Amino acid sequence: MGNKGNTMAQASNRPLSPHLQIWRWGPAMLVSILHRATGDGLAVAGLGLLLWWLGALASGPEAYATFTHWVWAADPGNALQVAANVLGKIVLIGLSWAFFQHLASGLRHFVLDIGAGYELNANARWSIMTIVASALATIAFWAFVLLR
Amino acid sequence: MGNGTSIGRVRGLGSSHEGAHHWLVQRFTAIGNLVLVVWLLASLLMMPDYGYATIHGWLARPVPATAMILLIVSTFWHARLGLQVLAEDYVHENGSKFAVRALLNSIPLAGAVFGIVSVIRIALGGA
Repeated sequence: MGNKGNTMAQASNRPLSPHLQIWRWGPAMLVSILHRATGDGLAVAGLGLLLWWLGALASGPEAYATFTHWVWAADPGNALQVAANVLGKIVLIGLSWAFFQHLASGLRHFVLDIGAGYELNANARWSIMTIVASALATIAFWAFVLLR
Repeated sequence: MGNGTSIGRVRGLGSSHEGAHHWLVQRFTAIGNLVLVVWLLASLLMMPDYGYATIHGWLARPVPATAMILLIVSTFWHARLGLQVLAEDYVHENGSKFAVRALLNSIPLAGAVFGIVSVIRIALGGA
């Protein structure tokens, strides 16, 4: 650092590629960003919650009760858990939407990988379809869980 | 490298010769995730209730336990590859880059092993 001749100094003088604020928003851009955001959210929060669930199951009935009390159904009278349940439900519904969105845009990526779907109208249409599909799948999933 | 010529500065800094492998494995694990997470969600939808005995009894059976271990391998591998791409895009400083690489080569592995050990304990009748 500080040495003008080294590669670090040269790298920092290179022009930066334009980022989000430069481009006009469009469906493909939105879906690309959502694909990354949902993927990283699932990787951190989704897999973290999966491990907590599996670890609690493996640790016995009390540990599993602790898990469900904090995430979904609070021990009545435990105000902190009642508050945590609101967060838990938002996270679970958010994770299910993130999975369906990542799944839909992931399938779109498979289509793009074979070289199809790059025409402007088709590309925009299928980008929007991933958002519609993930919203519908999320609603259908929770309707099935909560209404049956 | 390093006599100051343009070619000398970039020699050895080019392709890592494993980009195609990363790209392909991301897609193979994506197919695994597609099948296995849909299996998990469908199984949860068909569960009569979400109490300990029901869920534990279900996961202790051979096929669900096998599928769950495969799900852990596929999702953690896919997540590790995806987070690597995120880091490659936004982490540029050499020290941070090394730290992120070290974390990505340990935390996902540790998480996956914990998940697999939990399923094995459930399936083989501990707790």
